[in-house]
Amino acid sequence: MKQTITEKILSERLGKEVNPKELIEINVDIALGNDITAPLAIREIEKLGLKEVFDPEKIVLVPDHFTPNKDIKSAQQAKILRDFAKKYNIKHYFEIGQMGVEHALLPEQGIVVPGDVIIGADSHTCTYGAMGAFATGVGSTDLAAAMVSGKCWLRVPESMKFIFYGKLNPWVGGKDLILYTISQIGVDGALYCAMEFAGEVINGLSMADRFTICNMAIEAGAKNGIIAADKTTQDYIHKRAQRNYIFYADDEGANYKEIYEFDVSKIEPQVAFPYLPSNCKPASEATDIYIDQVVIGSCTNGRIEDLRIAASILKNKRIHAEVRLIVIPATQNIYLEALNEGLIEIFIKAGAVVSTPTCGPCLGGHMGVLAKGERCVATTNRNFIGRMGDVESEVYLANPAIAAVSAILGRIGMPEEEE
Amino acid sequence: MIIKGKVWKYGDNVNTDEIIPARYLNTSDSKQLAEHCMEDIDLDFAKRVNKGDIVVALKNFGCGSSREHAPLALKTLGISCIIATSFARIFYRNAFNIGLLLIESDEASEDIEKDNLIEIYLDKNCINNLTKNKTYSINPIPEFMQNMINSGGLMKYIRNKMVEN
Repeated sequence: MKQTITEKILSERLGKEVNPKELIEINVDIALGNDITAPLAIREIEKLGLKEVFDPEKIVLVPDHFTPNKDIKSAQQAKILRDFAKKYNIKHYFEIGQMGVEHALLPEQGIVVPGDVIIGADSHTCTYGAMGAFATGVGSTDLAAAMVSGKCWLRVPESMKFIFYGKLNPWVGGKDLILYTISQIGVDGALYCAMEFAGEVINGLSMADRFTICNMAIEAGAKNGIIAADKTTQDYIHKRAQRNYIFYADDEGANYKEIYEFDVSKIEPQVAFPYLPSNCKPASEATDIYIDQVVIGSCTNGRIEDLRIAASILKNKRIHAEVRLIVIPATQNIYLEALNEGLIEIFIKAGAVVSTPTCGPCLGGHMGVLAKGERCVATTNRNFIGRMGDVESEVYLANPAIAAVSAILGRIGMPEEEE
Repeated sequence: MIIKGKVWKYGDNVNTDEIIPARYLNTSDSKQLAEHCMEDIDLDFAKRVNKGDIVVALKNFGCGSSREHAPLALKTLGISCIIATSFARIFYRNAFNIGLLLIESDEASEDIEKDNLIEIYLDKNCINNLTKNKTYSINPIPEFMQNMINSGGLMKYIRNKMVEN
């Protein structure tokens, strides 16, 4: 049978051809957990009283959500990871100082590679699909099961294909393409499906933009997002990869549940209004939204490329007196790179605070929680009720350029307004 | 297996940030989590829910984060089953993995209202609405999911397998 990339990876791993909707039990290359999800999994494993886990090299633990520990309870949670990692010789445990936002960190470190089957107890695990891997978010019990058995149960997803063609407009990046896509199909538009992104526009995108796109596949309900690995992937991974990797491509004539084609010349920078990522408008139509805070960072848009875009707008500028700008490089390496390139100085001179890597404000954890009635433009991935703080606060999702210029203007705006 | 309970009704896209806000995820203690279940959209829920009560919602219930704390909080409060038009996929697997029953049904989800008293007959694949005196037929729960529910969740299933070996 002609197969999609997702079907090929799963078939090869299982050693037999899989069919969409079929339930399978599959060996995983990497099982990931963080300081919120891993403690529940570890508790389940401790109940089993095992002397060892299935494979300590395949487990990755990243305390990134409430770290550096925001309170005593969070410190206890992080300690559960630390103690477990020590007891079971977990190779990929990232302490503060090495730690980064997990979905930026794992590809950067070459822990996940093309062709992999990856599960993570974090919904944005789908990010790694950008490298041509099968990666999906699961829960804590799934993580526990994978840590002790090396396996995970899955229903083989049907695939949907999204083809992007045409010439990108100024300031439009991966964030705008995925927000636009979600606005077209809805937050359950790809429920249980694989979202495969393809076409000339995707082929021309950097890995950073591709990660951003696959990162938000979950916001359309997808099981995974995926992009065929190519020369760009090769350039990114060959110096980093800690294991061998395989590139897969879909077969000509593979079966897709639906195929969408989008002309990107019609896509402007997008802003997702509260309270759903699908609730998008062009940024140019949102210029009456006055704001209190801007967050630039996260697993969606905290990479060096994102910081460069933000810095290009903030250079020699001051942010609006009534706006707080929080910039969060997603990993220590990104932080250092930004420092060496002079980006951190640009941010600080513009009036921003620059934080150590953390998921913090994205989920209303710490480092930028919103008060009642406050509004924030964020390069993050969710704008649900109460996501970044008070139930009556609001989050507007946008790309790093829109976020940066909005910090200067004190309202949502377009980069052209500041040139 | 017969499940009987009073209904709490919600709409589309109830997300995991609403089921259990992230600000409370600095603990994995299920009782502490349960106290804050649904509080951003329904302050009464955690206070007034009774053991055996049933949640009914529309499409994409449980979308958003992968936090298993969400089904865990609902289960800890005594919710016996969630009926919805559709479920977000991570929530779906998390619920079954911890032994919480979910049923997908367009008809039941749309027709059942808040405070209705309903009975679920899994062996007969139907739901009786005692308040409205109506019956809705439902698709059988997939066998794999039923086994998981019957063994009390995925870890117990794995533990049993380990003992066998």
